[in-house]
Amino acid sequence: MRTFLTRGTLRTVLTYTLLLALAFIMLLPFIWMLSASLKLDKDVFRFPIEWIPKDPQWSNYKTIWTRIPFLTFFANTFKLTVIITFLQVATSSFAAYAFAKLDFKGKNFLFLAYLGSIAVPWQVYMIPQFILMRELGLVDTHLSLILLQAFTAFGVFLMRQFFISVPDEILDAARIDGLSEYGIFLRIMLPMSKPALATLTIFSAVFVWNDFMGPLIYLHSDSLKTIQLGLRMFIQQYSADYSLIMAASLVSVIPVAILFLAFQRFFVEGIGTTGIKG
Amino acid sequence: MATMHLSLKATSPSKRRRELSKNLVAYSFILPNLLGFAIFTLVPMVFSLALALMSWDGANQVSWVGLENFKNLLDDSTFKIALKNTFWYVGGTVPLTMICSLGLAVLLNQPIRGRNIFRTIYFFPYVASLVAVAVVWNMLFFPSAGPVNEFLRAIGVENPPRWSASVDWAMPTVILASIWRNMGYYMIIYLAALQGIPRILYEAAEIDGASAWQKFRYVTVPMLTPATFFISIMLTITSFKVFDLIMVMTNGGPGRATNVLVIHTYNTAFRQFKFGYSSAIAMVLFVLVMVITIVQFYMERRWVEYSQV
Repeated sequence: MRTFLTRGTLRTVLTYTLLLALAFIMLLPFIWMLSASLKLDKDVFRFPIEWIPKDPQWSNYKTIWTRIPFLTFFANTFKLTVIITFLQVATSSFAAYAFAKLDFKGKNFLFLAYLGSIAVPWQVYMIPQFILMRELGLVDTHLSLILLQAFTAFGVFLMRQFFISVPDEILDAARIDGLSEYGIFLRIMLPMSKPALATLTIFSAVFVWNDFMGPLIYLHSDSLKTIQLGLRMFIQQYSADYSLIMAASLVSVIPVAILFLAFQRFFVEGIGTTGIKG
Repeated sequence: MATMHLSLKATSPSKRRRELSKNLVAYSFILPNLLGFAIFTLVPMVFSLALALMSWDGANQVSWVGLENFKNLLDDSTFKIALKNTFWYVGGTVPLTMICSLGLAVLLNQPIRGRNIFRTIYFFPYVASLVAVAVVWNMLFFPSAGPVNEFLRAIGVENPPRWSASVDWAMPTVILASIWRNMGYYMIIYLAALQGIPRILYEAAEIDGASAWQKFRYVTVPMLTPATFFISIMLTITSFKVFDLIMVMTNGGPGRATNVLVIHTYNTAFRQFKFGYSSAIAMVLFVLVMVITIVQFYMERRWVEYSQV
């Protein structure tokens, strides 16, 4: 009994040590980022690491906004994130309702086209997309990215997976009561689907906020660039201003971190839905 | 089904009209998304096939060149290196990420306090912006004065690797960063699967006197094979498409050490404006991904166990 107890305790101690060590590894880059962002450039690489700077340089966080048009980049990213996410959630859930709950000609064929497109790497058709956008005169506009990212197969698929689990009886009852399909969608389906809507919203928002390749290809004027491009521009222009780079990086991560912490439950559930049942 | 067929045959005009309006309602739901999806995804997708058979700089006349783009690939040394590098990256990333994410999931699946906090921490790198993550990695692994090498020197390693600045170490560094960033995501899939394993299986194994390792090997691992299968496919596809991480960490360098297929595609299209040729490279990527996915599906029945518990 005694050995059993100590073995159990030993195991608990080991488990928590491992958990904490791993948490440290996962967070280390961010902790270092924060620490370095409050130092003078010359102290960033001093070893052993001074985790809490004695004389924190809070002014670094003021300086970054004056070096490059950081505020414009933030505003641009925010605008794109809101518009694309809204369009994506609205059009996806609309289409997903038809795929999940209505019968119509060509349903299977269309759904197969949607599903099949998920398997094709974006890089395969990014060039024809670019040529199309250039013909439409939309390169170097926000509209190009909005049009490219607002109508995704992924969104439709995710919403359909959720809608399909809503029992048909509820909808049939509403139909008998004389509600139109639009009424059923708005008054019954949407209110029941808040978790799925939240999942798609947060997936889409994080994707757009962090997207790098899309803006890299389509946005060339400084006044249109997003935070990710801005951050890279900053790194290239001020490559030796280590502490400023770290401050800028941290600021770019904060909005996503807040969004993630607030809605992480939906993130986890969303991965479960698309990941396993998919 | 038969009765439905009969009733359809005997439709009156009013019934047919109702059928039509039913279709129209459904189409009206789909149309806003379909319009955008068809124009900006499906059409370019089909067009990319044709583009791979053309020669076009985007400005001058288009000319059909048939399979010439693909023939030229054989003499393109950068393409060969990119192909090799892509396999190197996929071969390193996929198995290691799977092992790490499974390890994290098993660890978190124990009766521990603060599971949600740990889960959040492990998952966080996945949502943090890649540019920020890449730049901090490069600083941590800075060859001369970065904290990682300072630490290695402090514990007695005389010549620590030059990480992303050296031809030999650049790819392992990128692979390491990618594992660190992505394992939290796949951990969540594994965790969901682990929680779906019925407790009774473990209890039965305990009655049979199974050790912890035996329980893991003969209960957990087989029960997880559907999740493992799914993750291996997802990971393989995303690893073949790797771009952002490499672009911001090494830009494909030093030299061509981390130049992978998508980086090569990007450079030929948007730096050299060889749209046709670049599409041919993308097509090779597509065929590779397809073939490997099909092989994985074919192998599925050999090792994936869909139990009926």
